[in-house]
Amino acid sequence: MEHWRRHPLIFWLTSIPPTFWLVAFFIAPLTIVWVLSFGEKRGLIEIDIVWTLDNYLRALDPLYLQIFVKSLWIAGATTLVCLVIGFPVAFAITFAPERWRPVLLLLVILPFWTNLLIRTYALIAVLRTRGFVNFTAEWFWDQGNGFLALIGLGDLQLLGESFEPMVLLYNNFAVVFGLVYVHLPFMVLPLYAALDRMDRSYIEASLDLGATQARTLFTIIVPLAKAGIISGIIITFIPALGSFLTPDLLGGTDSQMIANVIERQFKSANDWPFGAALSFLLMYATFFALALRAVLAKGSSAMEAG
Amino acid sequence: MSRFSRPRFGRRSFLAGTGAVAAGLSLGSKMTWAAEEKKLNFYNWDTYIGETTLDDFEDASGIEVKMDLFADNDELFAKLKEGNPGYDLIVPTNDYVERMIEAQMLDTLDHSKIPNIANIDANFQDANFDPGRKHSMPYMWGTIGIGYRKSKVDAVPDSWKWLYDSDQYSGKIALLADGGTVIQMGLKYMGQSLNTTDGGMIKQVEDMLVAQKPHIKVFAEDNGQDLLLSGEVDLTMEWNGDILQVMAEDDDIGYAVPKEGGLLWQDCLCIPTGAPHPENAHALINFILDGEAGAAIADFIQYATPNKAAKALLSPDYSENPAIFPPDEVIAKCEASLYLGSDHTRLIDETWTRIQAA
Repeated sequence: MEHWRRHPLIFWLTSIPPTFWLVAFFIAPLTIVWVLSFGEKRGLIEIDIVWTLDNYLRALDPLYLQIFVKSLWIAGATTLVCLVIGFPVAFAITFAPERWRPVLLLLVILPFWTNLLIRTYALIAVLRTRGFVNFTAEWFWDQGNGFLALIGLGDLQLLGESFEPMVLLYNNFAVVFGLVYVHLPFMVLPLYAALDRMDRSYIEASLDLGATQARTLFTIIVPLAKAGIISGIIITFIPALGSFLTPDLLGGTDSQMIANVIERQFKSANDWPFGAALSFLLMYATFFALALRAVLAKGSSAMEAG
Repeated sequence: MSRFSRPRFGRRSFLAGTGAVAAGLSLGSKMTWAAEEKKLNFYNWDTYIGETTLDDFEDASGIEVKMDLFADNDELFAKLKEGNPGYDLIVPTNDYVERMIEAQMLDTLDHSKIPNIANIDANFQDANFDPGRKHSMPYMWGTIGIGYRKSKVDAVPDSWKWLYDSDQYSGKIALLADGGTVIQMGLKYMGQSLNTTDGGMIKQVEDMLVAQKPHIKVFAEDNGQDLLLSGEVDLTMEWNGDILQVMAEDDDIGYAVPKEGGLLWQDCLCIPTGAPHPENAHALINFILDGEAGAAIADFIQYATPNKAAKALLSPDYSENPAIFPPDEVIAKCEASLYLGSDHTRLIDETWTRIQAA
């Protein structure tokens, strides 16, 4: 491959659009928000930048820390469930016949073709009291009752007097369910990439040498796929931590996450400086997670080298 | 906030209209008050005027009206903030009327040029957001109340108690996700003004809501009417326009404003400062407040009119519909929300955050 120094003009020309993009749509707006976080409100629309730390201090109030912790829990639970479901899925795709793999991968990313809002509304139709899950459960309940009547046990009401719909929507379960549904592809894809690269002779060697399947999984496959697992965890956890639409639409009266509080500061509460400070605290948490990943990745490559 | 029962989007006509206004401006801006050209630039919501109202007005006065459309108050406010681009008559909602008065964006109305003020219902002759009606005339209004499923409740839910302070319908209750409104209705239930800044009362409402939370299914994000329609809840706090929409689909749904009163919104006719044709704008305001013209508008758009002469001309389907017109004594207890300063906004937001985190 030719070195870029031999064609500096082409290099600089091609780098203009992405640089412009990065500066205009990422660095500049982020800088504005960062500066706002040191501001103070004056009246309805004006904000003075007075370089105060009050907004950050206010964000450290136990009330907001408690919501931060709750958001960490919800995002953590989402990530864990994604990992538990995503790993077997990625594993199955890796070991599927070659011609099936593109189709299976397509199925994983297919939901992205529909807007998040639409998918979330669809979940409401699935989970609500008169939704598809409860319709199905009711159908089974009716069939079961019919069968019991047929064998002469109909009067005992073994399945209860009447069908009780499950409460699946408007609680924290629904929030985690919705987040898992949305973020699962983010977990499956890096896992698949890692598992696909893996040298399968290690697995054969392990099984040949008498290790059980479980032991092979945890001592051979998981360590080899570690980079993919860490990537999957991070790119699932970060967006889950900042989600506000899912808790808004699927959550109950106590499903408020930190991003809901942030959203309100920019809307009804009309307190942009405080919202900006909360946003940056969330971003610092994200940076921390990324730094952690870098440290872990360094550790694992050192281990491989050794 | 979706209090409107029909979509109010008209980008295309909006853009087309802007060009027309710009063209009209260069001609009209030098004219003086006394000899105004027979033109008027009206800035309104979509589907928010009678089918023939503007033509009728032109026939009666010879004034040609150009109407542009806006989609929400923020768009209207943003458009006029940096100077009036040539509009003579605008239709902001009460909280924006208040905000625009404060920002000196509205002209004072000359009541002697609007004799049809006499047609306005007593409840709307004055306004807390515009004392003396110096800058605004009421155009249409609506309420926040309780939408309910008739077959699932014992009686008409005539008190906020049903939502705020009772476990009778536990798990079948939805409140709006707008914390400010939820706290305001709680204050009404406690017999306070919804514009009170009394921290102690707000704290009491907070405690009541925290205690009531186990019985509330969800703080509904603008979809209380859907929750009611699908049977997810039997009682919901909602804007009347939204409930009206599902009442048309399901006879089993009703709407009531509690006897303690609730929130009342008003869209108002105002003349922005720098209007090129203020004389004509006064004429159109007076025309809209006429009984027959007002009746034609209300009959077409189906919002509640504050024009009692117009209401008297309309069929009981409209004028006796409780979802459009709650009883007078209830309306008298309803209030429009006021802007009470940034400290108050912060107090309300923190209270709401605490209620949800509890």
